[in-house]
Amino acid sequence: MAEVTYSWPENHKARLIGKRVSRLDGMEKSTGAAKYTYDVNLPKQLVVRALGCPHAHCRVISVDTSAAERVPGVVLVHLIKAPKPGDDPVEIRADGTLLVAVAGETEAIAAEGVSKLKVKYELLESFVADHDLQAAEAKKRTKKAGGGIELDEALGEPGDDDDEEEWEEQKVQELFAQSKYVVEGNYGIDTITHCCLEPHGSTLHWEGDRLKVNLSTQNVSRTDDGYADALKISADEVDVHCEYIGGGFGSKFKPDYWGIAAAEIAKKAGRPVKFLLTRDQELKIGGNRPSGFIDVKLGADENGVVQVWDSHHWGTSGFNGSTVSVGNFPYVFRPKNWRRRATGIITDNEPSVAWRAPNHPQACAITQTAYDDLAAKMHADSLDIFLRNLENIDSPEKSLVYAEQLRIGADLIDWRKHWHLHGKGKRRGSVVEGLGIGIHKWGGTANSSNCLLKIHPDGGVESYCGTQDLGTGTRTICAMVLAETLGLPIEAVKVNIGSSTYPFSGASGGSTTVGAVSESHRRAAQEVLAQLFELVAKKLEVPADKLEASNGSISAVDYSGKAMSWKQACSLIGIQPLEVTSIYKRGDDSPLSSSNVAGCQMARVAVDTDTGVVKIIKMVAVQDMGLVMNRKTAESQVYGAMIMSIAAALFEQRINDPKTGAFINSELDSYRLPRLGDTGELVVHFHEPESERARGVIGLGEPPAISGGAAIANAVCNATGVRVPTLPLTPKRVLDALRTAKG
Amino acid sequence: MKNFEYAQPTTESEAVALLTEPNKEAVVLAGGTDLVGLMKRMVVTADRVVNICEIKSLQQIERDDSGSVWIGAAVCLDEFLDDRNTDQFPSAKQVIQGISSIQLQSQGTLMGELLRRPNCWYFREGHGLLADNGRMVNEGDNRYHAVLGNRGSARFVNASRLAPALITLGARVRVVGPAPDEEQILDLANLYQTPAADSELENVLQPGQLATHVIIPAHGNRLSAAYEVRQGEGPDQPLAAAAVSMDVVSGIVQSASVVLGQVAPTPWITNGAARSLCGKAVTEESAAMAGVAAVVDAMPLSQNEYKIQLTQVAVKRAVLKAAGHDTGGLDGPLPDEPSAAPSVESHIA
Repeated sequence: MAEVTYSWPENHKARLIGKRVSRLDGMEKSTGAAKYTYDVNLPKQLVVRALGCPHAHCRVISVDTSAAERVPGVVLVHLIKAPKPGDDPVEIRADGTLLVAVAGETEAIAAEGVSKLKVKYELLESFVADHDLQAAEAKKRTKKAGGGIELDEALGEPGDDDDEEEWEEQKVQELFAQSKYVVEGNYGIDTITHCCLEPHGSTLHWEGDRLKVNLSTQNVSRTDDGYADALKISADEVDVHCEYIGGGFGSKFKPDYWGIAAAEIAKKAGRPVKFLLTRDQELKIGGNRPSGFIDVKLGADENGVVQVWDSHHWGTSGFNGSTVSVGNFPYVFRPKNWRRRATGIITDNEPSVAWRAPNHPQACAITQTAYDDLAAKMHADSLDIFLRNLENIDSPEKSLVYAEQLRIGADLIDWRKHWHLHGKGKRRGSVVEGLGIGIHKWGGTANSSNCLLKIHPDGGVESYCGTQDLGTGTRTICAMVLAETLGLPIEAVKVNIGSSTYPFSGASGGSTTVGAVSESHRRAAQEVLAQLFELVAKKLEVPADKLEASNGSISAVDYSGKAMSWKQACSLIGIQPLEVTSIYKRGDDSPLSSSNVAGCQMARVAVDTDTGVVKIIKMVAVQDMGLVMNRKTAESQVYGAMIMSIAAALFEQRINDPKTGAFINSELDSYRLPRLGDTGELVVHFHEPESERARGVIGLGEPPAISGGAAIANAVCNATGVRVPTLPLTPKRVLDALRTAKG
Repeated sequence: MKNFEYAQPTTESEAVALLTEPNKEAVVLAGGTDLVGLMKRMVVTADRVVNICEIKSLQQIERDDSGSVWIGAAVCLDEFLDDRNTDQFPSAKQVIQGISSIQLQSQGTLMGELLRRPNCWYFREGHGLLADNGRMVNEGDNRYHAVLGNRGSARFVNASRLAPALITLGARVRVVGPAPDEEQILDLANLYQTPAADSELENVLQPGQLATHVIIPAHGNRLSAAYEVRQGEGPDQPLAAAAVSMDVVSGIVQSASVVLGQVAPTPWITNGAARSLCGKAVTEESAAMAGVAAVVDAMPLSQNEYKIQLTQVAVKRAVLKAAGHDTGGLDGPLPDEPSAAPSVESHIA
């Protein structure tokens, strides 16, 4: 058999790829027929509720479980992060940390059991002022979090007798002295939570020594080792299953300690266990992303091209004391001379985890605002300043792509019509409006993925792959690729995903899944088709390389009448199914996928300067992503990402009580989120000239969630002429900034 | 959630009997949009839950001989919106439309909305209404807390969005119990109180009492409107709110009632704002002056000074809206769009 050359069909030949295909499971999801982990109930299951620590920083001295154990229907009480009698106290560093679990016959019984737990705490001083560097230093709550300096070679090198740091400081100051424009600013972005609609958790049971878990996870294939390590069993004794997941955003890669507790409780009780976090636990411990606050000084030449960047930023990732990664400062832009420093602040909060495009949205929001302030200082058009600074970016090969994307975005938002200098637009009563930009980047390399494809002698097609569908349409993409390749209608292929018993496929994180499953499914389908073509070629007496599969049949090009239906072709297989397992390893060179995208977003906002309320009028996203697989779900991805950006820019923030450290807005009635009426008009444009399409599939999940915040913040500044330094731009912050500017 | 008894009476007297059994803490369930969440958080831990939605007399909207409209405690917000008898109360309808959640509108009841427990996060975290005699709020995050009526220990703001509008409309409340035949009719404003001790609630209802009806007198030609400063389009609590009702003859305000919401532990009646309107035509300036008068006594906490400005804006815009003027703000055309009405200039400093 000839070696298979992997490729995508040419644009004009594609029937499904690049078209708008509705999700195969859309009806099940919208009618409630789809069973999420939260919906799974097992016979004789126990329901677990856990006590979250009510203090941000304390020691748990002892726990009296006797009253809880006496609640009718409580089956057992399990210590999670609490001392057994006689043990040393356990230090707790975050509000909501799960201390003790209670398993009962019903949720209400378990909750009542939790309310009867008596815990003795020793309160310790808490610290949550992540924005306040001085206070953190005074409390010895800081940690170095990296930094560095790079100066243009033309500036020379320090002499042998020079102190390197002093020499660098001198050069930096000289650069500022030579700058035509110098901008100093401070910016910030608060911690937000993942706020998954389906909380973290599992429903699980043991079959002998085998653990079977229904887990709300982004990582079906590789969560088993987390259970195995913690439970001292082997990964082959753990089966993980997840058909549907109600949101993960980077927070659902592991069993988590409450997942391990669920398995231990099930083992002890000898019964299935359902243990999902409550809403406030989900917000408190289910996941959050780091905050960042920055002091920036930049110097630019007469054209507004930044020549020197000097920044120090800080923030928190919780009690492990890091902040937004310093490596991306300033974001996308990379002046010839830069110095940057980061300080982590140790707060009494749950440690952060990956959040859609980890570090990028924050880096974008607190550095590209400084570039916009440069435009304001120069009385220049922000679009021109962004364009001019494309001569110094960290991926110079992308500068033309960014320029073209900015041009497209400007057309879509009617930039030239609506632009005015910062704070100099028309006013209607108390309302002003403005425009803003952000640009972003992302990798999006395809993850590893294997696919088992079976073609049955009766024509049936089924695939097995241990990937997962985060709601983004992965299942539909798998079916599209198979159906496209085999020339079948999409309904003719049966896609099986969501089980660790299927061939391995990588976790869905970092925008890697569509690339991964496209690789594995296209490869499997091309390989199986090549085998089928061999059989058909023999039967039809035509060369195999003249065969093509389309419209449910296999026919020979240039051989009139030489064709047979898919079913007839499959009958040639014999009595056993034809099986192929494809293997794609992340990083392998492939004509099917690649990486690295650019993108820009623009926002047009209105601001009521009497109330501080910001309203999105329109947002535009221009995004390259290589080959668009499913245009409909790809657009959905970008819409969702833009809405998340609006949420973080205007509404979302974790609010900690400044004295006790408690996370006080951890319910959806107080953790503010936008509604559809708050999103304005959203426009998505895929930048897909043939040169981009030819790059193959590139992940789309993260990039459109990055630059919207900067675009909105810059638009508010353009509208009001005043920088509201910290996101979210709440009415209070807008009014405070306006008042401060007035003096 | 604690285990509880569930009762579903079909008459008011059955309900009162169920609510007054000794040694049984009982709570009233109507729409449940607030109560169920509080029970799940164990902030409410009643022994008995009494569902009043099957009581026929509480399901009606009726007009009596005097023209007053009686609205039963189990009437849902969307039923109020759809009923012709309530067309004369535009301010109340504006507030319900602003709640902008189909679930809350179709499941939440009018009386439930009036008696919604405070949204104060310290209260909802289980620290009680006063939260350590006000200390937690003073030293904590008080961005949404009271700027008026906050000189005692209470710092929360009353959660009802409808109460200001209904108070300006002269609404009263019929209350039955705790004795079997006991019945009284209160001014709605008097349903609310500022608790001075942890044992007190934000309303005056005693255990065993059931608020059965809201009674709104015929409104004649009075003008009314409500304006809420909302951060977004969702059902989140507004940041400040005002409702106004005015008798205007020949363009001059003869009498007015102005009540603030979301700024004090009770709906806040501001006689100063009302007085400042009387004898004047409704203009940008007189509306803005009413806003200034409304906050004369305001005293901000550490983080909520901005609410004073928002309150002024809410009053000004409610007055303009009642008079049929453009309120300004984000509801109108954008600066570079053609304007349907004369431009409104900002008078807020």
